[in-house]
Amino acid sequence: MTQTTPPPTETSEQQDPVPESARSGGDGAGARTAARIAGAFAIPIAGFLSLGWLLDFLKDDDANRLVIAAVAIVVGVVGVFALFWAMDTIVDWLPARVRETARPYVFVGPALAILAVFMIYPVVNTIVLSFKDARGDEFVGLDNYEFVFTNESMLRSIRNSVGWIVVVPLFGVSIGLVFAALADRLRRGEALAKSLIFLPMAISFVGASVTFRLIYDYRPEGFGSNIGLLNGIWMGLGNEPVAWLSQKPWNNLLLMAIMVWMQTGFAMVVLSAAIKAIPDEIIEAARIDGASEMQVFRRIVVPSILPTIVVVTTYMVINAMKVFDIVFVMGNAESNGTEVIAERMIRWFFISNHDGRGAAIAVVLFIAIIPVMVWNVRKFREQEAIR
Amino acid sequence: MTAVPLPPTDLTPAETATGPSRAKKTSGTVGVEQGGWFVRIAVLVTVLIWLIPAVGVLVTSFRGADDVRQTGWWTVLWDPFGTDWTFENYRTALDSGGFANAFLNSLAVTIPATIMPIAVAAFAAYAFSWMQFRGRHLMFVLVVGLMVVPLQMALIPILRLFVDGGEIAGVRVFPDLDLNGSFLGIWLAHTAFGLPLATYLLRNYIGSLPSSIIESARIDGADNFTIFWRLIVPLSVPALAAFGIFQFLWVWNDLLVAYVFLGGTSDTRVVTIALANLVGARGQNWQLLTSAAFITMVLPLVVFFSLQRYFVRGLTAGSVKG
Repeated sequence: MTQTTPPPTETSEQQDPVPESARSGGDGAGARTAARIAGAFAIPIAGFLSLGWLLDFLKDDDANRLVIAAVAIVVGVVGVFALFWAMDTIVDWLPARVRETARPYVFVGPALAILAVFMIYPVVNTIVLSFKDARGDEFVGLDNYEFVFTNESMLRSIRNSVGWIVVVPLFGVSIGLVFAALADRLRRGEALAKSLIFLPMAISFVGASVTFRLIYDYRPEGFGSNIGLLNGIWMGLGNEPVAWLSQKPWNNLLLMAIMVWMQTGFAMVVLSAAIKAIPDEIIEAARIDGASEMQVFRRIVVPSILPTIVVVTTYMVINAMKVFDIVFVMGNAESNGTEVIAERMIRWFFISNHDGRGAAIAVVLFIAIIPVMVWNVRKFREQEAIR
Repeated sequence: MTAVPLPPTDLTPAETATGPSRAKKTSGTVGVEQGGWFVRIAVLVTVLIWLIPAVGVLVTSFRGADDVRQTGWWTVLWDPFGTDWTFENYRTALDSGGFANAFLNSLAVTIPATIMPIAVAAFAAYAFSWMQFRGRHLMFVLVVGLMVVPLQMALIPILRLFVDGGEIAGVRVFPDLDLNGSFLGIWLAHTAFGLPLATYLLRNYIGSLPSSIIESARIDGADNFTIFWRLIVPLSVPALAAFGIFQFLWVWNDLLVAYVFLGGTSDTRVVTIALANLVGARGQNWQLLTSAAFITMVLPLVVFFSLQRYFVRGLTAGSVKG
């Protein structure tokens, strides 16, 4: 897509041949202006009062959840449109000179305000907090960063996270690529097969974690039968049941398998589209020249879609860096040695109430993500530009 | 070979809608050896492996408690009538497990948290594309630049704002609204986290609409609000739907933001929180856990099957979310 800047458009004010003063002239003008100004104040005030009342209602624990949920949805959805409509209406009542100057800020204002309060201020504040103590009162210098890079559990989390960003993209992209290439050659059922691989992408990390906990389930001798699939297979081969999730360090791989299961479908769909974009003539020519299917795949398909492979890989690297839910839901991260960076951040900030350490971990994560993310966004923009 | 690494995400109006799975080559059948047995078997085996975890959950969720404790779910494959099929697990999960309430809470969080960023971003994208004002380019670059910020960077300060309000040099600049644990608080947080991507995608789409339409509407006397509402929104449905589905799934499946801003104990907990709590509290109660897990997955799966084309587009477009 070309990033064309639209030509400067005349504002409707400039096209309006009748000046405001001429239109509102006459005896009733003063009264009407007064009514408008009163309205400009009355509407937001009434809006705020009713919003306050509704929000109080939403906190009422005794009320019926169904009613609360319905009211919440209506308040949220109608509220956001009402906000824009009210602001636009208020701008209509402004003097003609400033009206069209002010209007763009009505349109972009809410976005900028929300981002300022909920993104820009927090980024700055997190950096400041990372140099402060548990409650964010006193500056403690680099203590929190020292903690991040010396604490045993933190170091393990960094090591594990590196493992995640290598293993998950490696397996996800390879399986996705091979599957996409194979499915491309099916005569029937390609769409269905791809849908089924893509399906886990729809569900939550929590749901996927529960799904795999069932597979890894373990009961010690005398505590009931082993109903986990992995132990079922393992015992079928004549072995004793194993507590898979406490097998250091392999339990990390078992957790990574969950993310591979979820995200392979994404890699596969994107790579499949890229494979279909390869001109047929190239592949035909190679085949006529006697190339085997394997050679076609390695020498033509893979090099042709290399840019896509790189993009998909970075996407999965970013996701693997930020993984939190899987480790958190599986539990016992410290005793099992499965800590990861994003999970440590929540531990220290939310469970141990140490804002300083939580912030320092967040900053480390941020610094690690920036280069990959900048690269990813730039790549994404390039592709958009090509299209 | 054009280097088009991502599939047509259909975010340009000029493009015709072709979902990735529908773009089957026609010439593939001409003279080229199609996949033989090896290909078919390999695909089938992969699909089966991918399905097994989900089948295990589904089967277990419908078995009686005693059966679940005693035998693995796979035994029903060769003895489908030897197990005690029941809906009881779902009744328990919805009722005493609190998943009916959690489902409603999830809806109350997700629907506004999907509509709000779309609305706010669409207005902003329109202004960035078709209105003239000072600092336009700078503001847009700033908004897009925020895509690189992982939301972990924002959690601590936002929670502190919600709990304590905000003060700069002793002056209260952010009122103590007691937003922690409230729907409004989590809507605003999700809106902020989704805004950079939404604004970027919608600006690309809305900016590439033909200017002649907007010009002629202006000449006909339509004001900006009317143009936006009557012209831009209807024309942008594909982009709005793609981002909407991405955001809907993102919020519905989110654990982190809900965990921090809604908490796990109050009445306001959502399905992901309820499920994570259940793992901690009753981690061996598999008939309950699996039925609860399936309850959390129902809505995303319905969205997946009914809106698959938009779904793929939404997820590929959302791949740059920070």
